[in-house]
Amino acid sequence: MFNIPLIPEHASTFAAKVDPLFWFLTIFVAIFCVAITAIFIYLGLRYKQTPGRKSEHYENMALELTWSVIPAIIAIGIFWWGTVIYFEYANMPEDTYDVSVVGKQWMWKVQHPNGKTEVNHLTMPVGQAVKLTMTSQDVLHDFYIPAFRVKQDVIPARYTTMWFEATKTGEFPLFCAEYCGTEHSTMVGGVTVLPQAEFTAWLGGETGMTPVEAGAALFQQMGCVTCHAQGDASRGPQLNGKFGTEETFTDGSTATIDEEYIRESIMTPGMKIVQGYAPLMPTFASQLSEDDINNLIAYIKSLS
Amino acid sequence: MANESTQHHDIPERDYHAPKSNYLNWQHTVSSWLLTVDHKRIGVMYLIAISVFFMVGGIFAGLFRLELLTPEGDYLQSDTYNRFFTLHAVVMIFFFLIPSVPATFGNFFIPLMIGAKDVAFPKLNLLSWYIYMIAGVMGVTLISLGGLDTGWTVYAPLSTTYANTNVFLATITIFVSGFSSILTGLNFIVTIHKMRAPGMTWFRLPLFVWAHYATSVIQVLGTPVVAISVLLIGIERIWGVGIFDPALGGDPILFQHMFWFYSHPAVYIMILPGMGVISEVIACFARNRVFGYEFIAFSSIAIAIIGFLVWGHHMYVSGQSMYAGFVFSLLTMLVAVPSAIKIFNWTATLYQGNVVWDTPMLYAVGFLGLFAVGGGTGLFLGVIGLDVPLHDTYFVVGHFHYVMVGGMVMAYLAGLHFYWPKITGKAYPRLMANIAAIIIFVGFNFTFFPQLVLGWMGMPRRYHSYHPDFQILNILSTTGATVLGIGFILPVFYLLWSLVYGKDAGSNPWGARGLEWEACTSPPDPHNFHEIPVVTKECYSYTGEETVSV
Repeated sequence: MFNIPLIPEHASTFAAKVDPLFWFLTIFVAIFCVAITAIFIYLGLRYKQTPGRKSEHYENMALELTWSVIPAIIAIGIFWWGTVIYFEYANMPEDTYDVSVVGKQWMWKVQHPNGKTEVNHLTMPVGQAVKLTMTSQDVLHDFYIPAFRVKQDVIPARYTTMWFEATKTGEFPLFCAEYCGTEHSTMVGGVTVLPQAEFTAWLGGETGMTPVEAGAALFQQMGCVTCHAQGDASRGPQLNGKFGTEETFTDGSTATIDEEYIRESIMTPGMKIVQGYAPLMPTFASQLSEDDINNLIAYIKSLS
Repeated sequence: MANESTQHHDIPERDYHAPKSNYLNWQHTVSSWLLTVDHKRIGVMYLIAISVFFMVGGIFAGLFRLELLTPEGDYLQSDTYNRFFTLHAVVMIFFFLIPSVPATFGNFFIPLMIGAKDVAFPKLNLLSWYIYMIAGVMGVTLISLGGLDTGWTVYAPLSTTYANTNVFLATITIFVSGFSSILTGLNFIVTIHKMRAPGMTWFRLPLFVWAHYATSVIQVLGTPVVAISVLLIGIERIWGVGIFDPALGGDPILFQHMFWFYSHPAVYIMILPGMGVISEVIACFARNRVFGYEFIAFSSIAIAIIGFLVWGHHMYVSGQSMYAGFVFSLLTMLVAVPSAIKIFNWTATLYQGNVVWDTPMLYAVGFLGLFAVGGGTGLFLGVIGLDVPLHDTYFVVGHFHYVMVGGMVMAYLAGLHFYWPKITGKAYPRLMANIAAIIIFVGFNFTFFPQLVLGWMGMPRRYHSYHPDFQILNILSTTGATVLGIGFILPVFYLLWSLVYGKDAGSNPWGARGLEWEACTSPPDPHNFHEIPVVTKECYSYTGEETVSV
């Protein structure tokens, strides 16, 4: 009953960088608040109203500048510390284990590269950077793992990414941190961090279609192949080797072919037409789920 | 005593005790109140309305804090819970905090402080009260009938496409109340520019007036943007034009930019007038000119300007560019500096003063300590690396309540206890008032400190049910809220009691300086001054004073 929790569990490489800044600021702010209140009360008692003593007013430019410039320097120092941590975090490492996440009111769908899926739960290996590519099927959500000190908004029609590397095994809570409607507080789950070997065993335990295989099947089934078949560029642009390259459009603008471009081309094909082609492609917005689109993207990526 | 002090202004001496005719009693009919163009009566009407809205907002907070005693969502339905926290926020922000000090004390005292008979546009002033009332009554009715469950942030596309309530009708009340805010701001700007008495130069103005000037500029420039955002939500909901909803080709991040472009400066609309009150209270009870007057005056202006450039610190994890985050974080850290300058100058004001510890001063100390915590926790959230874990958790909830309740409500109560004798002409029981101040201070910390810890432990905000690990801290918070609620109810009783049984306060019970104390009766004359005073001294002419008439 009296065990009041004060220190959250920390279990990621990022947490190891965030926590020192948190504790430094806690001590700094605590000292500041106590000191300024104490000084105020001390002065209030020291210069308590006394008959026979007259109020005297002081102006002191040196003092004013001191307490303007020093806080500014401290503020910039703290800013710098926090920004360095953030930029290191924002820099995606190489060799990540890639997982895709779809958020919807009010659940999380997680898909591993081999096709294994989980709901409201993420299983991951310890000591390996895990990258999430996330999108939402409806409103804004936010993927938040307190023990890893990370969160990232999940946005419809857009892909946001985040990564983290667990430093210890165990079970950690997962929350949706962006208010998403009636059952927001039930959009919760857990993260299980396993030792590498156990994770591999867990992953191999079930076989389904990988996203690339599922995407290839959709590519046939939806008729994409009729215009985008390999070796025939007469009706639609060739897709092999295109991912990550730059493309020029009919209006002269250019863009890199990435997840968001592919998604846009499937949902609203008329937006950007590759130079030399007519706007023939129909929209697939009502026929494909976010998971289908993820699979198609995985397939198109694999063509390079 | 009061007579002696009038020598600072070239106005005739007269009997300052219990005048027979004042702005309260010279006309008695209901219509003499509802159709009044007297800034003092309008201020009092705002005071009554705002107190009611504060109670409504507080009751809803109490109801959902009760729900949070247990981790399960057992006593409220999640829909009801979501409506309650939305209602609490909308009422407290738009119908209490934004108008709190400006519409009540600002309205009442700016003309008195600058030596004017009224504000520049008295009829506009009355109109803004009516707009405020219409918006407020509409807002509370619509939301409590189930109008809004999106949180006060009304983020798209939840608000535009997915919410199961009539978001547009409810948010239109925010749109309407904005006009009240704009009109009040405009009125103050013109009043301060054009209506100052002879000799009342800019640097003789009380800092309260400077703070309101800065606030008014933000109100006039910022409020139209939230109005535009609300209209665009309406256009999207009604005609299906894709502005914010990606399913229609819109951009949900654009909404956040527009929303925070107003809503962050709105934070300064809420806090700057409170800082103005604190400057007045500290100067009066320290019997000293405010240390670094110009620095406090210009720091208000600096806050108003830089405050417009920091909105992106609400969006570090929204998917905005990391370089945008970099710039917003730097500016955010810099906007903390003017607030720190104010805190240092207020403290230094006590040096070599003659400090009197009375009720308003207790609230001022409360303000100082709690606002320092509010500002300090703001540093945690302004730094990007640390905002990543803390964003959208109870740490944010704790932080802004330290600023808004610990800072602004404390300042509002300091102002209420400071100005009550002038507004009503009555003295309230000091002991009761001091006890209430201490109960509020203790209750406040018990309510909101556990929330800071909860956020650091990882509890997200707007959670109807939560992880069992968080329960003990939630119990502490709800217990504190009960104490805080009692603290807030006490002033209602003793202040109303004082209206009937209170002793006459006299025109200047605190021995304060300034036209509103030295050249006006309590309650003031319907026309404020018999003749427009000529100002020959700066406002805080306490230097050389040793005794007061408390």
